[in-house]
Amino acid sequence: MAQTSHGVGGLTYDAKKRAWPAEFNVFLALVILVGAFELIGRVFLGDSFLFNTRDNVDAIFNEQRLQIIILQVSIVGIIAIGVTQVIICGGIDLSSGSVVGATAMIAMSFAQVATVNGNPNPKAMFIDYGLTDLPVIVPVLVAIGCGLIAGLVNGLLIAYTRIPPFIATLGMMVTARGIAKWWSKGQPISFPTDSFAAIGKGLMPVIIFISLAILFQLILTYTKYGKHCYAIGSNEDAARMSGIKIANHKVLVYVIASILASLAAVVLCSKNLTAQAGMGVMYELDAIAMAVIGGVSLSGGRGSIIGTVIGSLIFGVIISGFTFLRLDAYYQEMVKGVIIVGAVVLDQWRQRRRAIGA
Amino acid sequence: MSDIVLKTENLTKRYGGVHALEGANFELRKGEHVAIMGDNGAGKSTFVRQITGVEQRTDGKVWFDGKEVSFAGPIEAREAGIETVFQNLALADDLDVPSNLFLGREKVLFNLGPFSILDRKYMRKATEAALVRTAVKIPNLSSTIRHMSGGQRQCVAIARTATFASKLIIMDEPTAALGVQETAQVENIIRTLKENGEPLILISHNMRQVFDLVDRIVVFRRGKIVANLRKQDTDGNDIVAYITGAKTGQAELQAA
Repeated sequence: MAQTSHGVGGLTYDAKKRAWPAEFNVFLALVILVGAFELIGRVFLGDSFLFNTRDNVDAIFNEQRLQIIILQVSIVGIIAIGVTQVIICGGIDLSSGSVVGATAMIAMSFAQVATVNGNPNPKAMFIDYGLTDLPVIVPVLVAIGCGLIAGLVNGLLIAYTRIPPFIATLGMMVTARGIAKWWSKGQPISFPTDSFAAIGKGLMPVIIFISLAILFQLILTYTKYGKHCYAIGSNEDAARMSGIKIANHKVLVYVIASILASLAAVVLCSKNLTAQAGMGVMYELDAIAMAVIGGVSLSGGRGSIIGTVIGSLIFGVIISGFTFLRLDAYYQEMVKGVIIVGAVVLDQWRQRRRAIGA
Repeated sequence: MSDIVLKTENLTKRYGGVHALEGANFELRKGEHVAIMGDNGAGKSTFVRQITGVEQRTDGKVWFDGKEVSFAGPIEAREAGIETVFQNLALADDLDVPSNLFLGREKVLFNLGPFSILDRKYMRKATEAALVRTAVKIPNLSSTIRHMSGGQRQCVAIARTATFASKLIIMDEPTAALGVQETAQVENIIRTLKENGEPLILISHNMRQVFDLVDRIVVFRRGKIVANLRKQDTDGNDIVAYITGAKTGQAELQAA
């Protein structure tokens, strides 16, 4: 880095000296990955991954595939937004998958219709109390309440007992999964109202994901909350010395993460028209992986929602690409694992190189 | 009495049976730059920690800005007007210069609690003004602290103390880890502060630096103040004698 300075006190702003944004590398990886699938498809299958090859459809791109790519990652993507801000703040949240399961069960039981084909709904838990055909806002608020409670427990444990986030959220992961199974004694809950089912219909999950991503990108960049997330993740002692209320901030971070997980649960069970106790298993790890692939540093202080969104697209492209190449799902998991580790190794390498360069 | 910024009386700190600081009487006048010297473990940093509220004193009294004070923490001390540059530079590596200067006291456009929108333009302008005032040169305000040299980091930390109208600046070995050129830069900033009439307590091991910069030298030895001398009344050998204990005495009486 050049040590020369310009202007009064050397303070002129020079756009050229801005650090190369880390998101650009991730985007490059996405482009390369898509290119690789395109190439393999052309050479071995005689088919295009990205472009439309059907004569009866008038489109440049294979829109169906593009939709699937983003649709299948948008629900975990919503969780990944919350996880991203947790990791930037120097923490980790392992509970989000289980919070999805528990919230799906609880919220779904408040979204039941009264009658199915003329008979009383066999799945409605609260039919005796008349809690059926409720307006859609009720299950959504119940879901947000579930997220609020889970996040408060996580956040308060981490901020005030000072136990590592890994342990606190691991506890919540196990507990929330237990709650999910206990709620209906393991039975799935189906038959939601039409208005509840509309939340996850068609491309709604994508719209919700993208809206939340834009909202949180703005929050992390332009608000005090965002600035303090980066400050705490970057140097917690410095943040404390600067007068930032670390405990309050951490509670808020985990509450937001859990509420986003519970919103993902609403979208998920609305889309599937059913809630099961096993919903969301491994979602926490997928969400963390999306963030890490997107350039969010596990040591805190660095990363962005844009990065995580691109990371989630890489995820989606891998899954679609493997289906496109007619490879077994087993290979997807293996490759996913390799990519996660590879992303962390790359991040470490980048940090070391910077340290030497400085 | 009115021109005294900081005064301590019988300031004492014990960690269990260890007497880290005993009966320190200290005064700092407006616009005065004082150096605190002493061997490792002599009580210099302990003394500063009691004043800035990082630790709670065992005994004694502290007056700051005309009032008797007892700070519960460093934040309270800072709000009262004591800015400290700590040895372990309290900077966030992944934030840029304006964000670090305003860390914990961000200027906001409108208040929405934690989600208040930051006034980035104002903070950038104020940062530029502060850096010009302290004559600190940073090539690019937008680059993160991580990308800066030790000297630049130290300059940012010092500029932060000068950004906010402080009544007292304390620097704990600000040049300990710096190269020759960077040390010179930090010393220039300290001279600028002197010209602006800002009182300063400088903890340093560097004899030349101390004689170059300050008006008065206070020597700590084994938790006690053993010398309090005006710069023109002493020399390097004299100070070393006090630091090592070759010379002892109630030198503070002479200066008072």
